[in-house]
Formats: sequence, C-alpha cells, structure tokens
Amino acid sequence: MLTIAGHDFSSRLLVGTGKYRTHAEMVAAIEASGAEVVTVAVRRVSLDRSDDAGILHHLPPSRYFLLSNTAGCYTADEAIRYARLAREAGFNDFVKLEVIGDQATLLPDTAGLLEATKVLAGEGFKVLAYTNDDLITALRLEDAGAVAVMPLASPIGSGLGLLNPYFIRTIKARLGVPIIVDAGVGTASDACLVMEQGVDGILMNTALAEAQDPVRMAHAMKLGVEAGRAAYLAGRMPRREVAIPSSPTTGMLD
Amino acid sequence: MHLIINGDPRDGIEATSVEELLLELGLDPRAVVVELNRDIVRRPALAATQVADGDVLEIVHFVGGG
Repeated sequence: MLTIAGHDFSSRLLVGTGKYRTHAEMVAAIEASGAEVVTVAVRRVSLDRSDDAGILHHLPPSRYFLLSNTAGCYTADEAIRYARLAREAGFNDFVKLEVIGDQATLLPDTAGLLEATKVLAGEGFKVLAYTNDDLITALRLEDAGAVAVMPLASPIGSGLGLLNPYFIRTIKARLGVPIIVDAGVGTASDACLVMEQGVDGILMNTALAEAQDPVRMAHAMKLGVEAGRAAYLAGRMPRREVAIPSSPTTGMLD
Repeated sequence: MHLIINGDPRDGIEATSVEELLLELGLDPRAVVVELNRDIVRRPALAATQVADGDVLEIVHFVGGG
C-alpha cells in the first residue's frame, strides 16, 4: 500500500500513458502492471477532428487514478497554468509537476520547480515534484509543500537505470514525504534495484511503451517492484570482501 | 465572429457562449477544459460565459503522457 497525502493506492508502480503503439496495447499493459495511478498530459484538442488523441474513454476514472503532469513546461508560470487546467477537468487536485530546464537532457529547472511547488501547494494542489537526485532540492521541495518528491533514476526516456543508488537512499532517509522514483528505468532489474533502496514507489512510461512486448514487460515490472520492495523489507545480508562457505567445514572425510 | 482558437484564427463562428462554441466545434463540454483570454472558464460557467469578437481561447483535454 502506498499512501500519498492521505490517499491510499493499491500499487507502488505508477505508469505513464504516452508513446504506446495503440490504445489497446496501452490498456493491456497498464492492466498487466497492476498500476492504479496513471499519468496523463494536457494538450490542445484537435479541432479538425483528424486526430482524436483524447485518452479518457480508454481510462475510466472510476478504475484509474488520473495523475496529470506538466510535461513540456519550461517555466514555473507555464507549469502552473497547465496544472490549473488539469484540475479544472475535475478528477483530483494531484499534479505531477515538471519544470524542465534543458531540452537535451530533460533535467529539471529546480528553481522554477520550487517556485511552482510553492504556488500550487498554496492553491491546495497535491504536488508530486519531478526532480533530479539532489538531496538539497528534495528537502526544499518538501519544505515548499510537495506531498511527494520524485527523483529521477536517470533521464526521462533514457532507460539507463538507476545511476545513483546512494543519492536515492539518502533522499529517502532524509525526507518525510513519500519518494517515488520517476524516469530512467529500462527493465525489471532496474525497477527491483530502485525499490531495494527503500523508496515508496516508481513511475515509468517508456520502459513499458517501448518494450518489444509492453504487456509482458509490464508484468515483469510489477514483479520487479514487488521483489525489490520485499527484498528491502527483508534486509539484505552484509557485503563482504571474503568468501564464507555455506556448507559445514566439519564432518569432512579424511 | 472572429476568434483565435488553439492558436488558429476562426471566422464565421455563430455561438455566443463558450458552451455553444464547444458544441459548434463538435466537442463534448464535459471532456475539455477551456481558457478564455488566459482565464479558465469553470465548468458550471460554460453556458453563461459569453464569447466576443477577437477573443482568444484554448481548448484542452487529456492525452497520453508520462
């Protein structure tokens, strides 16, 4: 069970809805992932009706928790505008806040992110802030009113996996709000390793949408997240630089 | 009437309210959110909010995203 701002969610795996080949494949993958929280983006409707990109009729809000994002926003003002539009759609007051600082890496503009977090938290939004793996920014976001902090494993869409387990562990150890690692996982072992750091959840999109078989990968990710969480709770053995035999050293034949 | 909708100029609009405009454009008012001259039009106010010549509107909805 994952709890964010007093709201209980059934799965620690959160998934995006972008880049799937078909809506049917997206729905099947989300189903296989077991995710309850699914992210969506706000964009202009197509007035010539040639491209009905609207996604709601594939994702019944009675079944999924729709978490709108501010992807593509490069300033605090822009992200605030998108968040307000998303809230008016009337599903909830949660927002996955992104303020991007660089087109090549999609790394966050942490100054803009902090500013937007303060404004939106003041307006009653439940802000889940997408950020880098920097502890100080994470602490400032919590102070600014974020209900969850979402450090990256590696850049959005890169599939490079968890680049800095130490920083993720440190952020988890120092913040009180839930830590949801967002972006960068590529395969199930990445998801497992992320969860082994003790974080509260993971959000992923490209790793599923761009897998050869998204539905099978979604199932693998579900297992990876569960395995990683269980391993974290179980507590791993210490790492040693020497070998210690597993079988008795006594009772050997002469 | 001349409006700017989602960045494109549109002429010959007959609607007088935002709700009528959405219907004229073939959109479901429950499935979109509207900004009129940078202010969000609250859902309950769609029918009562008038559009005037030269207004700038943004009409958005949810699409797939990460």
